[in-house]
Amino acid sequence: MAETDVTDPLPGLVGFTTALREAGLPCDRHRVRTYLDAVERVDVGDATQLYWAGRVTLCADPDDLPRYDQAFASWFGGADQDAGGMPVRREQRARIAPLSDDGDGEGDTEAGEQLSVAASDVELLRDRDLGELSDAERRHLRELFRTLRPVSPRRRSSRLRSAHRGRLDPRRTFRAMIAAGGEPARLAYARRRTRPRRVVLLVDVSGSMKPYADSLLRFAHVVVRSAPADVEAFTLGTRLTRVSRALRQRDPERAMLAAGEAVADFAGGTRLGETLRVFLDRWGQRGLARRAVVVVFSDGWERGDTALLGEQMARLRRLAHSVLWVNPHAGRDGYEPVQSGIAAALPHVDRLLAGHSLATLERLLREVRDA
Amino acid sequence: MTSEPAAGGTAAGTARTASSAGPDPSSVSSPAKLSALLADIGYLADDGVATAAFLSLRMGKPLFCEGEPGTGKTSLAVALSESLELPLVRLQCHEGIDAAQALYEWDFPRQLLHLRALEAAEGGRLNVDDAEQSLYTERFLLARPLLTALRSSPCVLLVDEIDRADDEFEAFLLQLLDENTVTIPEYGEVRAAQPPLVVLTSNRTREVHDALKRRCLYHWLEHPDLSREIAILRARVPGIGRRLAEQIAETLQRLRTMELLKPPGVAEALDWANALRALGRDELDAESAATTLGAVLKFSEDLDRVRARLDAVLG
Repeated sequence: MAETDVTDPLPGLVGFTTALREAGLPCDRHRVRTYLDAVERVDVGDATQLYWAGRVTLCADPDDLPRYDQAFASWFGGADQDAGGMPVRREQRARIAPLSDDGDGEGDTEAGEQLSVAASDVELLRDRDLGELSDAERRHLRELFRTLRPVSPRRRSSRLRSAHRGRLDPRRTFRAMIAAGGEPARLAYARRRTRPRRVVLLVDVSGSMKPYADSLLRFAHVVVRSAPADVEAFTLGTRLTRVSRALRQRDPERAMLAAGEAVADFAGGTRLGETLRVFLDRWGQRGLARRAVVVVFSDGWERGDTALLGEQMARLRRLAHSVLWVNPHAGRDGYEPVQSGIAAALPHVDRLLAGHSLATLERLLREVRDA
Repeated sequence: MTSEPAAGGTAAGTARTASSAGPDPSSVSSPAKLSALLADIGYLADDGVATAAFLSLRMGKPLFCEGEPGTGKTSLAVALSESLELPLVRLQCHEGIDAAQALYEWDFPRQLLHLRALEAAEGGRLNVDDAEQSLYTERFLLARPLLTALRSSPCVLLVDEIDRADDEFEAFLLQLLDENTVTIPEYGEVRAAQPPLVVLTSNRTREVHDALKRRCLYHWLEHPDLSREIAILRARVPGIGRRLAEQIAETLQRLRTMELLKPPGVAEALDWANALRALGRDELDAESAATTLGAVLKFSEDLDRVRARLDAVLG
């Protein structure tokens, strides 16, 4: 146990919380105060107690723990803390691949052209393939995304509301009787309320989906903003990233920037089955996917084992209320779901939808609402 | 009106009266002392749990426990109440839980009967004010766990699976935890003489609002390591031998590294040990493991996967 200098530990402790804040932990003033209070009550000379005093006051999520461990080790030095048992994950950062750079040569010819948009062009743009737009069209389409009006699907809740018909509501009936001095009053009825059903968006951001990733994340932003408490969004690639928090910001550009920072595996490989399993283990089975409408945006290219993908889709199907698969290529003429991945997933999907244009995304919103 | 001790009230949850002989919570002077107290009643806490619970006790802040199912979140609250000899009040959250189910409710049917009885007794010359006053008294108040906790404090209040409740309930709970007071319009104010020791648990089916987390100490529980799990088995399962405890713990550690839908927790280890003891086994072999595997694994996919490699899993 390293003996720490306890003559005046305060500046050091506050510095530690600043370092944690920079590492992305939620160390607001309230938490720092709680931390200092906690440190006062433990033996500061004991590294284990110092470690735990900080961990219980400054962390708020299992994702915070590796970062806390790292910061603690580097700040207080030498103290080998494996008490958490969580592997320290090396943070990888990446930005959203600038899709509009035309790096892959598509749309190069149109790049410099000004686009004057008339009403009829808007109609045309709605049906254009999102993967084949020029810069100007893309910018204009972003504006059009604002016109989308997602409506949450509803489910029955276990709470009741008063109604004219339904089951008898003894509590309200008795209350009315008491008000009437015990005389039999009019019977009161109640019915179950409805609540928004949770929607989970899983967006494939692997290399083969690169032309669509930006638009689909923007679409996800619109849906998340429409009901922040009831929509969750994740990206799938070589790993799973939860982007709901990033996408809850109002400003689309900021939200996209935050999402880009969170997602480390843009345009990488696809291990759809495996990331899906991580999603189900960490989030889905615990309750996030239960009775939810789950929308998977992917072209179904799977480099891993397609049997695993099929197995995980079956698992997802058993948990969720309904599973929609959106494939940007499904809207093309002559499309056949023959890619090994989608062929394995298709038996466990309620609907396979196109999602390559604004018009098809609008159709998707209607499907989600009625799911 | 201040709180009275929970006499005669219909205490929901499992409240038992505190004996005054118990260790005074304020006398617990270090995490190690608390750890020893917990060990006395068979809950073997690691440094993290001991420090978190100690701080929660000393700082008067609720302890928010998250972790895989079966890592001992709920049993921590039970163990704290036993070792500190405080009553345990348990509130199990579920979807749609509201103030009436969590805090208090008036017993309307009984109030109605009472009113009728009064009317009959007084022969129609009912004094309206008196009658009304007699309706809103202790005997018609149904105390639910939160009110019970406020009235019987010091106690341990376990709010189990808070992630199952709706956000509206979370906000309501937040206010209650902040003020340790509740006002019942027809009755008066109930204030906890001393804030209860609150333990909240969550399985992360939903992210709990940050405002609630900020008021709590946050603790993430892990599965115990090998030596601790052996110790837990030996402390909790009567008549278990060292050999069987070691075998079960080692197998459990191996099972947790396999990619299972539901990795088994300590609760499953205890179930398994009890199942084997009930069959009179002192040792884990392939045959007894195969017949009792259902105590450990709860998904048919997991069972298939493990059965196929049973010898390797048993080591």
